[in-house]
Amino acid sequence: MKHILKLSFAAAFSVGLSAQSFAAECIAPANPGGGWDFTCRTITKIMTDIGAYDGSIQVTNMAGGGGGLAFTHVVNERNSDADLIVAASTATATRLAQNAYSGMTADQVRFLGAIGADPGVIVVAKDSPYQNLNDLLDAVIADPSKHAFAGGSAAGGYDHLKVLMALKRKGFTDIKKVKYIGVDGDADAITQTVGGFTSAMTGDISGVVGFIKSGDVRVLASFTEERIPGFENIPTAREQGVDVIAVNWRGLYTPKNASDASYKQWTEALRKVGASSEWKEAMVANGLAPFNMVGSDFQSYVDGVIGEVRAMSVELGVMK
Amino acid sequence: MELFANLALGFSVALSPETLALAVAGCILGTMIGALPGLGPSNGVAILIPLAFSFGLDATHSLVLMTAVYYGAMYGGRISSILLNIPGDEPAMMTTLDGYPMAKAGRAGDALVLSGVASFVGAFLATIGLMLLAPILARVAFMFGPAEYFALYLLAFCTLGGLGSNNQAKAAISVCLGLGIAMIGVDKSTGLTRFTGGSLHLFDGVDFLVAIVGLFAVAEVFVFIESHGRDSAIGVKLEKIRIPVKDIMNSGWTMLRGTGIGFVAGLLPGAGASLGSFLAYMLEKSTARDKSTFGTGEPRGIAAPEAGNNAAAGGALVPMLTLGVPGSGTTAVLLALLMTLNITPGPLLFTERPEVVWGLIASLLIANVVLLILNVPLVRVFSRILQVPAAVLLPGVTMISFVGIYSLSGSYFDLLLMIGFGVLGYVLRKLSIPAVPVILGILLGGHMEVSLRRAMVLSDGDWTYLFASPISIGLWIAAVAGFILPLFLRPYLRTPARVTPDDDADRDRG
Repeated sequence: MKHILKLSFAAAFSVGLSAQSFAAECIAPANPGGGWDFTCRTITKIMTDIGAYDGSIQVTNMAGGGGGLAFTHVVNERNSDADLIVAASTATATRLAQNAYSGMTADQVRFLGAIGADPGVIVVAKDSPYQNLNDLLDAVIADPSKHAFAGGSAAGGYDHLKVLMALKRKGFTDIKKVKYIGVDGDADAITQTVGGFTSAMTGDISGVVGFIKSGDVRVLASFTEERIPGFENIPTAREQGVDVIAVNWRGLYTPKNASDASYKQWTEALRKVGASSEWKEAMVANGLAPFNMVGSDFQSYVDGVIGEVRAMSVELGVMK
Repeated sequence: MELFANLALGFSVALSPETLALAVAGCILGTMIGALPGLGPSNGVAILIPLAFSFGLDATHSLVLMTAVYYGAMYGGRISSILLNIPGDEPAMMTTLDGYPMAKAGRAGDALVLSGVASFVGAFLATIGLMLLAPILARVAFMFGPAEYFALYLLAFCTLGGLGSNNQAKAAISVCLGLGIAMIGVDKSTGLTRFTGGSLHLFDGVDFLVAIVGLFAVAEVFVFIESHGRDSAIGVKLEKIRIPVKDIMNSGWTMLRGTGIGFVAGLLPGAGASLGSFLAYMLEKSTARDKSTFGTGEPRGIAAPEAGNNAAAGGALVPMLTLGVPGSGTTAVLLALLMTLNITPGPLLFTERPEVVWGLIASLLIANVVLLILNVPLVRVFSRILQVPAAVLLPGVTMISFVGIYSLSGSYFDLLLMIGFGVLGYVLRKLSIPAVPVILGILLGGHMEVSLRRAMVLSDGDWTYLFASPISIGLWIAAVAGFILPLFLRPYLRTPARVTPDDDADRDRG
């Protein structure tokens, strides 16, 4: 009987561990369940399914420091590992901009590309008095103490910054008065808003798709250049005279010193995923909008975003 | 009846041989994962997700496998709690309090069967609740804002006093330690770091799994080394295993109460199974006529938390499916799985994808029956663990825990932290300070603080906001009553136990 137990324990573990003998690895710098986990799991699955990558790719979760642990791990210990990709998003760039990865900088890795973006949105409950973005922003400017925003990121994070950027475009500068509560993810933020505890929710559209369909919420604006495919009735902020573009791109980076050949191989594979019908389906299902930027273009885009966020964070006082 | 048509649809999905085989496999795997300290339902499910993909399972089959693993792990968590005094996962923590003393008294088999039945009752009724009421119950989450959550966690901490059965001050010290540890990490309200010493490893705070494995498993090894195994239940001679009919009958109401309270705790995002099992235990203890038996191997002290945590597992599926808000770590992983399978949870999931939802519900019912059947005869197998020489078993369990933790975080720092917690657990044991409140402090303290901070942001620092809704007032009253009443009622409660049929008449007291 003892042997049976031992055997079954061994079997359970070999199931868990066997996958680690595969060559390539995608690190999701968070626990299973979030956007980075989605990026790794979906992109690597399609990559192998369509044959863009020859072999299997193992997804590893390395949670910690809001992605900082994985970042320092890659920089310090895997700096020339050609078989490694790491999930990244706007949050990665925001935190790098705000020096939140204990002094690590964006040029210590190589950004590979992004093939989709989760559009930023401002959402209110269906019984909210506000019909458009300007109604809401004007009301907040008139009396900031009466209104609060809920979002999935911590104070000073991108969800918070989006609101502040919009208010700044309206000429409001007393941004410390704006009330924001950071909760555990977009769905939690929307629950608080539908429950009437906050006036509006700031987040990404993927987290609220179910609520949009059921009619429990109204999306006041999307922070995109064009209207989001599939959600053409949602006006952009820019149309309403508030010129803010804020999307949460989903992409990858690789170690700095991996060979150019491997970088090229990964960019090719990522391009193929981006063009595949499987990815298009996954994008629709998850509320992602097209956002295709792979290779050196993407590297310079990320540098631009980081510069912008840094300047704004200092100006907004969320960073020393 | 639409319900029966739906259920029939569900069973038609769930009763195919392939699905059944997956459910059984998931149950067995889940029970083992749950039983191993350091591997709880959430990491068990997370580890197995790639497996579902590599088998090319479709949405329903993946869900069946994963939820069978989830329920299996909730069942399995009790096994090491009872046999080794090491919780297999965090909701099984409360089961150590009476389960281990019972095993030490030679009744390991009884404890395992009883807790298996309690798990079944909790999980089965919760699945029925999910089936009948999910769309309505989803609205409960809308009624809980920061103030209500704060009052809920406060209720948990106010009833903690009864936990240290012989010394309340020690329980208080222990919970303060836990609350202190919960402060570590990035503060979500300001984005600033606290007590991290600049180390990125601590930015996300201390993972409670690391704390549990350290405080229980590693500390157990230290105690074992010191005592050369004299103080260990391991090696205890087992009585013949039978079904403890009397205990099961006696704790019938206990299981139902545990189920009710666990299910409600599961419905609330963030509160989850640990709060469910804790509140179920405290309710049972505070309404018992003779409290002194709790903590010494009281069968009801096993039935209540086990029914509670398994009911919470079912309850947590409600907000996950209907709102996309995970009620626990495991449902967060299941949510990710759903998203990857192109299923967007939300208020319309029940109408848009009935085959997924009802297939899932039917397979939960099946998984539960399978688990009950598996668990009663398997008790023999599990209790044989006690006959493995402790010098082999304890290091083995610890090693598996280390592997489990490392496979999750991939960080050696967590392993060092775990050993640190082991030392802390050893010191606490020497000072006879209970370790369970430390974990509760870590688990719930962070939530409680954040809720308070959010409430203060929303109200501009106006404290009356905390008592502004009927729900929060009700919770405050319960919390104050839970704290004060035991002080006054103690003289009465010390009277000898009388077995009377109206034993639930004073149920609402605490």
